[in-house]
Amino acid sequence: MKEIYLDHAATTRLDERVLQKMLPYFTETYGNANSQHAFGRAAQKAVDEARDKIATLIGAKPNEVYFTSGGTESDNWALRGTCNSLKNKGRHVIMTKIEHAAMLSTAKELEKDGFEFTFVGVDKEGFVDLEELEKAIRKDTILICCMYANNEIGTIEPIEEVVKIAKDHGVLCFTDAVQAMGAIDIDVKKLNVDMMSFSAHKFNGPKGVGALYIKTGVPVARLISGGHQERTRRGGTTNVPGVVGFAEALKLTKETLGKDVEYVRSLRDRFIQRVTAEIPFARLNGPKDGNKRLPNNADFSFEYIEGESILFSLDLAGIAVSSGSACSSGSLEPSHVLLAIGVPEETAHGSIRFTFGKENTVEEVDYTVEKLKETVQRLRSMSPLYEGKE
Amino acid sequence: MYNEKVMEAFKNPQNVGEVENYDGLGKVGNAACGDIMQITIKVENDVITDAKFKTFGCAAAIATSSTATQMVIGMTLDEALKLTNKQVVEYLEGLPPQKLHCSVLAEEAIKAAIEDYRNKKAGIHAKDKEPEYV
Ligand SMILES: Cc1ncc(COP(=O)(O)O)c(C=O)c1O
Ligand SMILES: [Zn+2]
Repeated sequence: MKEIYLDHAATTRLDERVLQKMLPYFTETYGNANSQHAFGRAAQKAVDEARDKIATLIGAKPNEVYFTSGGTESDNWALRGTCNSLKNKGRHVIMTKIEHAAMLSTAKELEKDGFEFTFVGVDKEGFVDLEELEKAIRKDTILICCMYANNEIGTIEPIEEVVKIAKDHGVLCFTDAVQAMGAIDIDVKKLNVDMMSFSAHKFNGPKGVGALYIKTGVPVARLISGGHQERTRRGGTTNVPGVVGFAEALKLTKETLGKDVEYVRSLRDRFIQRVTAEIPFARLNGPKDGNKRLPNNADFSFEYIEGESILFSLDLAGIAVSSGSACSSGSLEPSHVLLAIGVPEETAHGSIRFTFGKENTVEEVDYTVEKLKETVQRLRSMSPLYEGKE
Repeated sequence: MYNEKVMEAFKNPQNVGEVENYDGLGKVGNAACGDIMQITIKVENDVITDAKFKTFGCAAAIATSSTATQMVIGMTLDEALKLTNKQVVEYLEGLPPQKLHCSVLAEEAIKAAIEDYRNKKAGIHAKDKEPEYV
């Protein structure tokens, strides 16, 4: 059977060259980077080199890059850490309605601890409402959070403008760049953002390792107490093979970024064009302008049918995708992102995210369109909502 | 997450569609929640002789609709009224816990179809009694 992976926003395949770089750090240079002996020093050297490499690639200073266990931890740290360190200054935080769960569920917990949140809306393509955002700023606002790009519908946010608004009002600004990092050439100096999170497994690096960029001087209380790792701001023995792989993956990604993005976008555009032309009642969620959405992302709602059953039908055909369907989430709520852009609930249930990667081919795109057509037709023929619509 | 039996029922569902000149129709669930199930039945001498379904919903909803229709064909109305979602799930050798609620719809749709049949027979307008959905 075919195996077609179209879920690159969920995670990506580890690059073979990254694996080769990582391997020695499991069995040869296995020292604890905090140890003083030769084993430890060798590991420390690898960690330092990885940090230097990553810092250079994103335009940061090495001591502004803090390794973490990934995007979720970085998001938690930025938000909770800022709240904890600035709670005497203010307790109000602004974030968009379409942030990742790592942000939204942390916000829910912080609300119980007496912090106040304003969730700023987005337009029908998922772009943050800059006016609403600026109006939401109060004297006690301590942080503005806006993701760089959305993981579900691919919207690339006007992050420069968000940072500018934050700076104009003297408020700290954090961006979750987990999805953006593999697709956009990001320079934190130029962007002037205070904190940024990213995660290696989204760009062909290993899972369970990421970083939080913290601009020099930004007061973020630590989230994980422990030893002296990460300049005492994040305890825990450093994942040496992980950070080595992380740095290598980022290096390789940046080397061929332009070419890869162009290729992935061409697959994505072919897919969107065919689905739009060949499947009735299919609605593209997110920006229509392909340059304003992540190059790998296509998110569709198929009316009159439910997303999870589409997902498993494609799965049976060997095609891996994601669904914003509520019935798989257990909460019975359809995706908060789709609701935020105004997709009606019944339509939101029939949503599928296709995210392409550089390993995919045109043949795979065409095969997927064919299988998708069959699936949608089959499920609609079973749907009591479709009667009379054909 | 789904076992083979469930996937098989999802892949090759039985009794899809609408019974011609059906005697009872049950429609439960709502689109906002992500599952709608419609079951139609044919009744002769208080025995369900045919049943078909149409479902808007997840793989579990489709598999349980199919299974429920298969189980009730040949049952008397009183037997079919006693069919529980638990029996449907047992027949499918289990569902993930977060999916049990989808199987409840199958039980409810059968009950609603039988009620519709009995109401019609008793002369109550189906229109007044049509299960609500949005
Ligand atoms: C926008 C965004 N933020 C955060 C995360 C979490 O990252 P990680 O999987 O590294 O914890 C993800 C990935 O799922 C994401 O897409
Ligand atoms: Zn369901």
